[in-house]
Amino acid sequence: MALHFELVTPAKLVRSEEVHMVVVPGTEGEFGVLEGHAPFMSTIRDGEVQVYKTEGAAPETIEVRGGFAEVGDKGLTVLAEHVEG
Amino acid sequence: MASLKELKGRINSVKSTQKITKAKQMVAAAKLRRAQVAAEAARPYAERLSGVMASLASKVSGDSAPKLLRGTGSDKRHLLVVVNTDKGLCGGLNANIVKAAKAKARALTAEGKDVSFYLIGKKGRAPIKRDYASCIAKHFDTSTVRNPGFEEAEQIADDLIERFEKGEFDVAHLVYPIFKSALAQDPTVDQLIPVPSPEGEGDSGDAVVEYEPGEEEILEELLPRYVKTQLFGALLEREASEQGASMTAMDNATRNAGDLINKLTIQYNRSRQAAITTELIEIIAGAEAL
Repeated sequence: MALHFELVTPAKLVRSEEVHMVVVPGTEGEFGVLEGHAPFMSTIRDGEVQVYKTEGAAPETIEVRGGFAEVGDKGLTVLAEHVEG
Repeated sequence: MASLKELKGRINSVKSTQKITKAKQMVAAAKLRRAQVAAEAARPYAERLSGVMASLASKVSGDSAPKLLRGTGSDKRHLLVVVNTDKGLCGGLNANIVKAAKAKARALTAEGKDVSFYLIGKKGRAPIKRDYASCIAKHFDTSTVRNPGFEEAEQIADDLIERFEKGEFDVAHLVYPIFKSALAQDPTVDQLIPVPSPEGEGDSGDAVVEYEPGEEEILEELLPRYVKTQLFGALLEREASEQGASMTAMDNATRNAGDLINKLTIQYNRSRQAAITTELIEIIAGAEAL
């Protein structure tokens, strides 16, 4: 069970990897994405994207600002304007 | 015929010019690599963004579409956003960009449209001012920052969108060089505002995609971002083109300087020999006369 997760900013492709789950700060509330999520698109607010590499593992957080997230057949793509660090 | 001293002076001056062009060429070559990497790194974002745009734009159409997609309903006033470099020494690059911009302006004027200019970069200022002094809407200065990046693109896009909302223009075109190789940079004209509908369907196909908040809201957020990305891409292309053109131009200049030095050295040696021969003849003639 792996979800293909991509985090892209205008400057570069920050992440492209297989993960277990990602929690995205959507404008209307946080949402978690697992493999096989229904097609979905949302704008995101400034906040932390939490990446769970495996089930139950401690999440890795990435600070993002502005952008949106898209869930499709190919996995989750987060297009963020800025990424901290 | 120039005197020996004059020739020597010229040879030295050409030599120092050659040193400068050679240094500039090497700097450009190093910078070109970096600029190319940056341009390549920016590609995934642009690709994904236009993919998302395509799937959204096909769903939202008609009157509900935001103004940035729909346009103002007329196409009388055109704005040409011309991206030039800030520094010279890059061959015909800027001249070509300006030529493309002017050609577009002429074509639009011939159709009876109004044309104004929005200039990015220093080197386009003078040549466009010469012909269209009264039509320059703004000059955006990118020379103060070392590597124009997304922040500059953001500022330009915000400014453009504000002007668009105020109704200062109906259609905006972006004129910028596309970097093909160090030898070829093609000036291109793209429509920027209203955002042209991307071709092809989105990859989502028949799958029902849920939108949060709604399609229109997302599209409204997305369009300014799309404009920003376009401008950012143009800035990166400009950077790569500038360095590429500069490298080629400086390579040529270095070679020309080398040829010139060879020619002058031959001339110098000939005159030196001639001078020695004349002196010898004078001495021999003098000795024979005794």
